[in-house]
Amino acid sequence: MQIQIEYYLILSAALFITGVVGVLIRRNAIIVFMSIELMLNSANLTLVTFSSYLGNSIGQIFVFFVMAVAAAEAAIGLAIIIALFRNKLTVNLDEINIFKW
Amino acid sequence: MIDLIYLAVFLPLLGFLINGIFGTKIKNEKVIGLIGSGAIGISFLIVVGAFFETLALPVDQRTNFVNLFTWMKVGSLDVSFAYQVDQLSLVMALVVTGVGFIIHVYSIGYMHGDKAFWRFFAYLNLFIFAMMNLIMADNFVLMFLGWEGVGLCSYLLIGFWYDKDFEKSTTSAAGLKAFVVNRIGDVGFLLAMFLIYLFFDSLKFSEVFSRAVSLDVPGHIFMLITLLLFVGATGKSAQIPLFVWLPDAMAGPTPVSALIHAATMVTAGVYMVARTSVLYAMAPTTMMIVAVIGVFTAFFAATIGLVQNDIKKVLAYSTISQLGYMFLAMGAGAFSAGIFHLMTHAFFKALLFLGAGSIIHAMHEQQDIQHYGGLKKYMPITYGTFLVAAMAISGIPPFSGFFSKDEILWFSYTNLGFVFWLIGVLTAIMTAFYMFRLYFLTFDGKPRFDEKQTYPHESPKLMTVPLIVLAVLSAIGGFIGIPEIFSGAHGNSFHTWLSPIFKSAELKLSYYGAHSHFEEYLLMAISVAGALGGILGAAYIYIKRPSIAVNTVKKFKLIYTTLWNKYYVDEVYDATVINPIVNSSRSFLWKMFDNKIIDGLVNGLARSVGDVSSLIRKMQTGIVQSYALVMMIGILLALFWIILSL
Repeated sequence: MQIQIEYYLILSAALFITGVVGVLIRRNAIIVFMSIELMLNSANLTLVTFSSYLGNSIGQIFVFFVMAVAAAEAAIGLAIIIALFRNKLTVNLDEINIFKW
Repeated sequence: MIDLIYLAVFLPLLGFLINGIFGTKIKNEKVIGLIGSGAIGISFLIVVGAFFETLALPVDQRTNFVNLFTWMKVGSLDVSFAYQVDQLSLVMALVVTGVGFIIHVYSIGYMHGDKAFWRFFAYLNLFIFAMMNLIMADNFVLMFLGWEGVGLCSYLLIGFWYDKDFEKSTTSAAGLKAFVVNRIGDVGFLLAMFLIYLFFDSLKFSEVFSRAVSLDVPGHIFMLITLLLFVGATGKSAQIPLFVWLPDAMAGPTPVSALIHAATMVTAGVYMVARTSVLYAMAPTTMMIVAVIGVFTAFFAATIGLVQNDIKKVLAYSTISQLGYMFLAMGAGAFSAGIFHLMTHAFFKALLFLGAGSIIHAMHEQQDIQHYGGLKKYMPITYGTFLVAAMAISGIPPFSGFFSKDEILWFSYTNLGFVFWLIGVLTAIMTAFYMFRLYFLTFDGKPRFDEKQTYPHESPKLMTVPLIVLAVLSAIGGFIGIPEIFSGAHGNSFHTWLSPIFKSAELKLSYYGAHSHFEEYLLMAISVAGALGGILGAAYIYIKRPSIAVNTVKKFKLIYTTLWNKYYVDEVYDATVINPIVNSSRSFLWKMFDNKIIDGLVNGLARSVGDVSSLIRKMQTGIVQSYALVMMIGILLALFWIILSL
């Protein structure tokens, strides 16, 4: 029996909302970072879903791109967080607010 | 040589650039002087060559154009950097470069040892460049370029000794006065140019003048144009009401007074009226105004000249007076007579100024003629040449001034009327009187200075040779314009030379009226007798009976003080024009309008931007998550908007 497309989409939406909420309310920079990854992966899931539903492989190819970019982003993001930690001895976003008037 | 005329214009510019840029490096006065006067000397030779080449051409081919490049071209406005080589501009160019060269040579001697020797020659060359552009131009715009250029040089040279005091203020203030007064006239010139372009659709002389005759333009337009041009002329040529700057211009070095404020620049107004004679001929009312202003200025300035004691002031008022004669000639429609007087005046007035410079040099900067006297034996060459110039300006035959002045008087009698002639003759008598008052007080009688402390001496050769050359010109310069009654069938050769230029204007004017030769002889005799009377009167009063002068001053105290204070014209201008403008500028424009309104606007704008910013910048918390929240809300709103609008 085929799983209906709605289930995939609902799961994807739930993942995405989890990611958004995580970005907005968590204080630890690494967790915020993981939440961003979550959002990216929910988008990947949606792409794969539609690819399979429409019988078109473009969506899956696109996912590879997203994963490649996400890997690069993860490297840079983690590097920034490490640099921040070396300077401020914290990864708490509330305390990193030097870019203001 | 006609094709090379642009060299005559641009060589002085080259001299200016060399002396102006490298003058401090060269240092050697001989080299600087050689460059400065050499540039003008070569210009003069080129102009002479062009003159003889033009002379060899048939009369109807004597107007040639030398086009250098197109200066500006917008729509129907097409202004070229082009020179018009014709009879009138050649006469002017000969005077400017010829007299200019003599004065340059004289300046090498006069300015010897000045700390800014190079600057002086740079400015003088720049002046000649501007003046040549003014007179050679074939259109109004290029003429205006020269017109402004000579004004600038006049300003720079009046204030040449800018750290020196002059009368109540400084020489640079005197230069500023000249510049500002000239500016009033320049506005008139500019407006006239706009009107000319509006009605004739061109600014080229030849096109404007042919269209002025052929197009059907109403008479009051001609009157307006010529009046505005004349406003410009009164500024440059120091006529009522804009003459006040010229006496103050005497603050400059004496060669400057000779070159700019006697021989060349101040005659630019006369030249401009002569150049645009066709337009003036279409506006008889303006001609009358020109004549009235001219004769009145001549008379008025001569009366002031009677009582002044500063040698250069006397000569300055005399210049204003002689310029008045030239405008009288213009107003009478005797254009070539006016140009003739312009030329002879350039000779003898330059000579008078250079002579005065020689005297001032010898007397250690003393300019008060009451402290001269008996200089005859100390400086024989200056004495002799000064006497020639004084005779020439007084109109004693056969010196040059006699022919030119008499021609003007004769035309003012035939074309304007007896009253103009009478005022002219009275002015001539006064001219003879004040000139010889100056002469007797300076060279005759007993020395009124301390001979033990001041040792007057003749000037060096560099100064006396120019004096002698100018004296020769002043003495014989008149013979090229001998009136018809003396030369018979041969006619007046100067008039014949210029007649093609003024033909169309004179055709419009066409003064008819029979005047016998007897009348001409009689009027001539009266003016010569008057001039001789003036001289004898001066001799009697200032040599035989000095008490008369003192008593007259006492008896007519009121008239004397009025004349001594130059009719209080400066004071009246101060009270009616300058002070109200200065005061209202200070109290309203500066303290009110500028400080409160303009500054208030700018400051207020800055302050309101600052106030708004201080509110908005509260949003910039530096917390990443608040930015992310705002971004998310924005994306949600955008999504809703897209979905709802589907």
